[in-house]
Amino acid sequence: MDLKDLYQEIILDHGKNPRNLGKFDNYNKDAKGNNPLCGDNVHVYLRLNENKKVEDIAFEGHGCAISMASASIMTDMVRGKEEKEVKEIVTDFLGMIKEKDSLENNILKDDEKTKLMSLSGVKQYPMRVKCATLSWHTLTSALDNSDQIVKTEE
Amino acid sequence: MNIDDIKREFPIFDDKIQNNDLVYLDSANSSQKPRVVVDRIYDFYTKEFSNVGRSVHYLAVAATNLYEQTRVSVQKYINAKDKDEIVFTKGATEAINLVANTFGQKYLSEGDEVLLTELEHHSNYVPWHFLRKAKNIKIEFAEINDDGEVTLESIEKKITNKTKIISVSHLSNVTGAILPIKEIVQLAHSKNIPVLIDGCQGAPHLKLDMQDIDCDFYAISGHKMYGPTGIGILYAKKKWLEDLPPYQGGGGMINEVKKEGITYGELPNKYEAGTMATAQVIAFNESIKFMEKIGIQNIEKHEKELLDYGLEKLRKNNSVNIIGNPKEKGGVISFTIEGVHPHDIATILDEDGVAIRAGHHCCQILHDKLNLPATARASFGVYNTKDDIDKLDEAINKCKKIFNL
Repeated sequence: MDLKDLYQEIILDHGKNPRNLGKFDNYNKDAKGNNPLCGDNVHVYLRLNENKKVEDIAFEGHGCAISMASASIMTDMVRGKEEKEVKEIVTDFLGMIKEKDSLENNILKDDEKTKLMSLSGVKQYPMRVKCATLSWHTLTSALDNSDQIVKTEE
Repeated sequence: MNIDDIKREFPIFDDKIQNNDLVYLDSANSSQKPRVVVDRIYDFYTKEFSNVGRSVHYLAVAATNLYEQTRVSVQKYINAKDKDEIVFTKGATEAINLVANTFGQKYLSEGDEVLLTELEHHSNYVPWHFLRKAKNIKIEFAEINDDGEVTLESIEKKITNKTKIISVSHLSNVTGAILPIKEIVQLAHSKNIPVLIDGCQGAPHLKLDMQDIDCDFYAISGHKMYGPTGIGILYAKKKWLEDLPPYQGGGGMINEVKKEGITYGELPNKYEAGTMATAQVIAFNESIKFMEKIGIQNIEKHEKELLDYGLEKLRKNNSVNIIGNPKEKGGVISFTIEGVHPHDIATILDEDGVAIRAGHHCCQILHDKLNLPATARASFGVYNTKDDIDKLDEAINKCKKIFNL
């Protein structure tokens, strides 16, 4: 294990200065997620326009560098994408964090994929995987209009 | 006492963990186990195993005697009046659930109040919450002060003529505050209110004398006292154990079972339904002997020295913020680092073999009050040294470096 794999510069940067942090007024989808083990939580807000495109997205919450960076990078990535594409990216990302070596979708550009791959270091830290995936599960829940609060523990 | 000798009695420190010498600072969560305890479990299963309290063959009688010897050891260790006041449970959580359930069943009804504190571990809140749902009782919380203490006055403030039981922690697993439990018991008894003490953090670190404290119930966790997991103790005054209904039904706790009715067994069997954690109970006797051999006063003194050293060291470390400043404090230091989330601290410290805990430590009420989602916590056991604290301090510095602080 190498800490440098986990705490890459990009993670520290997004963790310290998360992009899209906050809430905007005209969102039409949102969902909450929490990690009962540590008390971290996230609230994702997004606006899906009539063409099912993510017009805007933001999140509120607090958590470790990994979870904040993950939410920050995620929100950057999915803005402007269609709902279908967003779901494909989410599935691809969760698959990569769990087992796959790389991202396989054809939606993201190479530099975006590299950015996302910076989170792959958590694979070596099974207790921290949930930190990286919480905001992604919460995004799915928001898109699906689920009233259930996303939990990392069942 | 020689700490190096004591540390050698714990096999976990023999080998490297992830290529590091283990700096174990998570004893408030669970303590490591001395060889005598581990060996006792092995020997019992390999040479002496039988179920207890039932059969009359040689092994069964011998195992029953061993099992009952632990009860007497615990009785003496905590200076309970009678060995029948010692009930074995699967843990302190079950001990508290037992009291909440049986006391609640018999003595609590709508509008009655249970008084807890803001410091309580979830295991001393959730069982009472069940009653709030089932019986519409109220739960009150005595407030902490700015130092992270709960004073006698703050308890007194919340007592009303509806207060039916007070259930408080002996020693906070977050701020380390030692509560004035003897005074709380005196105050409560002057108003005819029974008191349960959650002794999870008290029992491993402080001298216990049930007759002196005079509490009605005291819950103990075995695995925090250098003992095996799966064993806890409920101390309860005999009058309560005789008066309250049984908790779980099953074999071993009955007197006579007929189609038309059942009578329950005598103490202590009444509260020990089913096959108990036999090997763990028997091995727990070795934990008690281990602590007695060192002497609880020596353990207290050693951990106080570590605490003072740790507080001094961490206070000097810029950007470390220590949670709470109780006058009477046990060997627990909870802290935050400005700009680094506790989970990141724990992961980075772990890389150097420094094992701490991060999170809300099962105390969300307290963390809400402190307005912190999580804290990092270093907690001490008898095997810790000043060197461990130096390593903690160095690892914290590394953490700050990674986060460019």
